[in-house]
Amino acid sequence: MRARPGEYFLQGNEACVEGAIVAGVRFFAGYPITPSTEIAEGLARRLTGTDEVFLQMEDEIACISAVIGASWGGVKSMTATSGPGFSLMQEAIGYAAMSETPVVIVNVMRGGPSTGQPTRASQGDVMQTKWGSHGDYQVIAFAPASVQEMFDLTVEAFNYAEKYRVPAFLLSDAEVGHMRGPLTIPDKIRIVNRKEKGIKRSDEAYDISDELVHPFPVFGKGHKTMITGMTHAEDSRIEPEDPKIHQELVKRLSQKVLMNRKDINKWEVMCPGSKTMVVSYGAASLGAMEVASQDDRIGLLRLKTIWPFPEEPVAEIASHCDRMLVCEMNLGQLYGDIKRVALEAGCRKVELLSKIGGDPPTPSEVRHKLHEMGAI
Amino acid sequence: MELFDFYRKDRWPHVFCPGCGNGTVMNCFYRAFNDLGLPLDRTAFVGGIGCSSRIPLYINSDALHTTHGRAIAFATGLKLASPELKVVVFTGDGDLGAIGGNHFINGCRRNLDMTVICINNNIYGMTGGQASITTPHDFLSTTTPSGNKEYPFDLAEIAVAAGANYVARWTTRQVHELTKSIKTALQKKGFAFVEIVSQCPINFGRRNKMPDPTQLLDWFKESSVRRDKARTAAVDHVDLNLAGQITVGEFVDRNRESYEELIGVVKHG
Repeated sequence: MRARPGEYFLQGNEACVEGAIVAGVRFFAGYPITPSTEIAEGLARRLTGTDEVFLQMEDEIACISAVIGASWGGVKSMTATSGPGFSLMQEAIGYAAMSETPVVIVNVMRGGPSTGQPTRASQGDVMQTKWGSHGDYQVIAFAPASVQEMFDLTVEAFNYAEKYRVPAFLLSDAEVGHMRGPLTIPDKIRIVNRKEKGIKRSDEAYDISDELVHPFPVFGKGHKTMITGMTHAEDSRIEPEDPKIHQELVKRLSQKVLMNRKDINKWEVMCPGSKTMVVSYGAASLGAMEVASQDDRIGLLRLKTIWPFPEEPVAEIASHCDRMLVCEMNLGQLYGDIKRVALEAGCRKVELLSKIGGDPPTPSEVRHKLHEMGAI
Repeated sequence: MELFDFYRKDRWPHVFCPGCGNGTVMNCFYRAFNDLGLPLDRTAFVGGIGCSSRIPLYINSDALHTTHGRAIAFATGLKLASPELKVVVFTGDGDLGAIGGNHFINGCRRNLDMTVICINNNIYGMTGGQASITTPHDFLSTTTPSGNKEYPFDLAEIAVAAGANYVARWTTRQVHELTKSIKTALQKKGFAFVEIVSQCPINFGRRNKMPDPTQLLDWFKESSVRRDKARTAAVDHVDLNLAGQITVGEFVDRNRESYEELIGVVKHG
């Protein structure tokens, strides 16, 4: 049963659980892994109805596979994991993209590579989220920076996964997942339901054309659905040798996400018009948020959607500022794209404050870097 | 229901080689399914990757053709999301026992209501004849050019030990027994596993002095020993070559509560 509207004080991972339930999750499969385990534990307590399933699988490959299977059974389904488990899921994530299966994958990022820092925060999986499986495809990924956003963006991840029939990601980290803070659950929350084959209703999922996102044929309804990860024609016929069918399919899989960036991209700007703008997301933006709130020479573009890459807001902000500082908790993963777009838009200098090891950049570290750049 | 109401004629010709045992299994499966009068639109078919895993795509119902080795995991999610659906998995020795071995044993242990049909042709057929986890000791394949030094898995015994409710093994030579076991498996509540030792004349027989499918079928006939008569050979009977026998029959038939009964999932809205 979903939490009542009101004020709460929760952990980030607990807020994710509440968001998933509000969004309508009916199936969760997970495998214990720090620092995401509280999400599985929370859903194990909550998904107890006769139409709800919590499942602990034998490994993360099984989790994502079961989640995709459940989605074809017609229910909203999700899994939650961290770095090593996320790596195991990659092949099936490509399958979800190819078969156009709506699924939500929460990755509470920790330091890698390999076992790395199980209890410490990182943003090391940003590029893996985009490029982790083989082949060309596009995904949708959100980066929460607070307990509230763990809730809000979990709901959005479900909404966009369902609307565009893609794997959607909540890219959290050990810092945001384990922080405790206030959560407001509003009375009205926007929920998007799947565009099901054979059912027509006034729903946000229907403002996308059927050519771009095909209505979803739920199993067991007589559709004689054939779902495959192989290259297939519109009628699901396997055609792995036909270049044209492959081109049409793979391009559409990308375009349905890229062409709808305006709908998917979410961001927040502090002090727009500042000559120096920090660009950041998730826990890495916490220090810069404090700096921007205290120093009107410094602005902040905080990205809530990181995939598809928010070209337009970055270009817009870059065209009105002299320099940019990108703050990330990795060695510069989104930096390359931000720099490309910002320089093209006329920004003269784009620098990187990269911090790994587990702690987000502090306000004084951000100030120090801005001082080095001559911004303050 | 006619054969081509059950199978999709529009997908013919199929990808299977002449003499492949998949056709025999498909025929037996159709007969079992049809005799029971099960509703096709209420049955979903799941496959992994490999020759046998292609069978779901030829059946005139919902089919989920998944990633290599994960068919049981996908089927687990599908079944729990739609408990009213009958879920049937088609898989092979490599898909089920090698890359998917973890999902196989845990599927048996979880005892979720599904029927798993494993066509064990003792080889990776689709990729051209590499040794699999059921290739008999000393047999030749493209990756064991001087004979297989490993010993094979006994998939049926693993399923018994791991907790499946129903386990049977036959070869493509015993079509009546096989059809009967598929019927039992389809009616069984819980995890039902039917292993079929099948011929791959092109990629297994050809390299092992049995290029004609009938040679393989004769070999199956000569090697098959009913399980009730084979108990004393338990140590060796996993190995087709050393023991000279394929243990066939029903391995277990029990009624542990299925997983979805235990967690109380009834239906989804």
